[in-house]
Amino acid sequence: MRVVAAMSGGVDSAVAAARAVEAGHEVTGIHLALSRNPKTYRAGARGCCTIEDANDARRAADVIGIPFYVWDLSDRFHDDVVEDFRSEYAAGRTPNPCLRCNEKIKFAAVLDRARALGYDAVATGHYAQLRSCPDGTVEMHRAVDMGKDQSYVLGVLTQEQLRHSLFPLGNTPKPQVRAEAAARGLLVADKPDSHDICFISDGDTGGWLREKLGAATGAFVDHESGEVLGTHEGSFAYTIGQRRGLRIGTPAPDGRPRYVLDIEPVSGTVTVGPREALAVDRVRGSRPRWCGAEPAGVLEATVQLRAHGAEHRARVRVTGDDVEVQLLDPAEGIAPGQSAVVYDGTRVVGSCTITATARSEASAG
Amino acid sequence: MTDPTHPLVYLDHAATTPMLPEAVEAMTEQLRRTGNASSLHGSGRAARRVVEESRERIAAVLGARPGEVVFTSGGTEADNLAVKGIYWTRRDQDPVRRRVLTTEIEHHAVLDPVEWLEEREGATVEYLRVDHAGRLDLDHLRVGVERDPGSVALVTVMWANNEVGTLQPIEEVVAVAHAHGIPVHTDAVQAIGAVPVDFGGSGADALTLTAHKLGGPYGVGALVVRRDLAPTPLLHGGGQERRIRSGTIDVPAIVGFAVAVEHAVKQQADHAARVSELRDELVRRVLEIVPDARVNGAETDRLPGHAHLTFPGCDGDSLLMLLDHHGIECSTGSACSAGVPQPSHVLLAMGRDHAEARSSLRFTVGRTNTRADIDALVEAIGPAVERARAAAR
Repeated sequence: MRVVAAMSGGVDSAVAAARAVEAGHEVTGIHLALSRNPKTYRAGARGCCTIEDANDARRAADVIGIPFYVWDLSDRFHDDVVEDFRSEYAAGRTPNPCLRCNEKIKFAAVLDRARALGYDAVATGHYAQLRSCPDGTVEMHRAVDMGKDQSYVLGVLTQEQLRHSLFPLGNTPKPQVRAEAAARGLLVADKPDSHDICFISDGDTGGWLREKLGAATGAFVDHESGEVLGTHEGSFAYTIGQRRGLRIGTPAPDGRPRYVLDIEPVSGTVTVGPREALAVDRVRGSRPRWCGAEPAGVLEATVQLRAHGAEHRARVRVTGDDVEVQLLDPAEGIAPGQSAVVYDGTRVVGSCTITATARSEASAG
Repeated sequence: MTDPTHPLVYLDHAATTPMLPEAVEAMTEQLRRTGNASSLHGSGRAARRVVEESRERIAAVLGARPGEVVFTSGGTEADNLAVKGIYWTRRDQDPVRRRVLTTEIEHHAVLDPVEWLEEREGATVEYLRVDHAGRLDLDHLRVGVERDPGSVALVTVMWANNEVGTLQPIEEVVAVAHAHGIPVHTDAVQAIGAVPVDFGGSGADALTLTAHKLGGPYGVGALVVRRDLAPTPLLHGGGQERRIRSGTIDVPAIVGFAVAVEHAVKQQADHAARVSELRDELVRRVLEIVPDARVNGAETDRLPGHAHLTFPGCDGDSLLMLLDHHGIECSTGSACSAGVPQPSHVLLAMGRDHAEARSSLRFTVGRTNTRADIDALVEAIGPAVERARAAAR
């Protein structure tokens, strides 16, 4: 196949590209320029958006021996990921920009462009496994290295996208990928992993949002009494389930820590309460994306509700655009805007965007 | 994939040129010799003789005096030396001289230094307009100068634009500036060997050239500058190049440079006739296949090898990549240091929008091209444009 390898400048995508070459594909390395002004994105060696990273990717392509180009997707990235992130927070939701980037950029804009230019597939350094079935469909499964598994952020991919994707690292533990990078002479072998949001240069998401959305004072309100406990400078700085950094003047009467339970963006009200009030067992979602056939009836499955979060056993019912998830054991800190990814064993069934959460009466006591 | 030592179809001569075999020869021979041109002993004198003979050869073909040729590390350094060095000297002579007049379409080796002078050295930069063909608006220059001639430190206008190839009216620029005693610098990096360039005849006070654009080695160039202008040095040290440019003299590079300049200037008329014929054929045949493509730059007053084309609906980067895959090498004329494509400031200044600026490619024909190269491009361009259009939808 003719393959475009998306190369961020990190170790994973470099080894993925090298493996695609070894698998016999004709590979072209592509670095995605996602920032309109590279200086405003993360500096240093951790991100995917700096000049340094573009150079690292180029040098890796040299070592692997493949042609290399930079594709400018900064406008698409700004509109579909950065702007989405900003407006979702403004609406009081907690989006996952990596998921959105996979859905709209890496496996949409990049894949579409690659296919139009005569390529068959996009290879990335994501940790997930693809399996071809006898009927010609492709299944996506969790990576062998569960600590690095990235199937959650790929849960938005459709069958059509999966058929034109390659994840050469899914069967390998990360330490082995680093060792392989060193053995291949790739200078990025010991480059640190990236963790933060790539378009927020200093990792200060609250500060970034404050700058984009402006300060909007609001109240901290107790979930039972409705009493105003204090004020804050913008509800977007908080996430459901957050405990640290609330800076509420009055301590709780029982002296126990308070958690963010709910955020109402219009009034700016942040509702706080004890940890047990965080537990939810009903999750409703919309905008479902299925990796294969849409599940019919009630599906006994497991659900992951955030990146690197735990798996929850659940019953999932799909009605058109509506997804209802009944968790068999409650989950904490689940916020609208996050994605729920549905698994059947290790296989990714699909995902939806969480719109609401609730507690069943039965489990409320 | 392309073998980098033998590109199949190299149509990017404005980026750099294959080195002239005679220049390789001369440079290689000199590399085998020891001798610092500043040393007083025999081998030093021998090296110095090579440098001075090279200086004389370059001066002779450019209509300059040998003493006016200052060797530098290339075009960027020569532009920096001219812009900053002349600004500093003129401002020090009279502190009201703080205005720098230039065009919107200069190379970044001029634009970035003038911007730096504005940020750090109290300069006021005025960017002169160009028309839709990329040619300087002389009236704008005239108005700009005459508003307050005494405050102008320097006028700097390129001889020919590196992207679209449009020639600039240097003699007229000089006439306007000299009427008020204002010095003129011109970046002639793309012009030497392509069009007739006579430093003395043009009246310009400083002129930049570089070796690798005309068949010479990388890393060497020169500022030809009137002696009484005395640009303030950028580099201080051993006092070489009449104290204007310190640093041990790169004798082998300079001799290769001299051979290349001499050849380029002496062959200029034949070269221009040959490459312009190929270029015209390239444009005609590409337009036959892609009828809605548009030629950018001046119709006639243009460098002979430049063909700058807009392919509506295509991303220039996609086209470049598809052609590269066929071993056909050209340029979008706009890469920044990260390789992140920026819309060309030249096309924007010519009144094109961002989309047009991003859908353009520059083909530059040179000494080693043949009709077979044009054939190869003509064969590849149709499917490439079709694909690039599909990818941009």
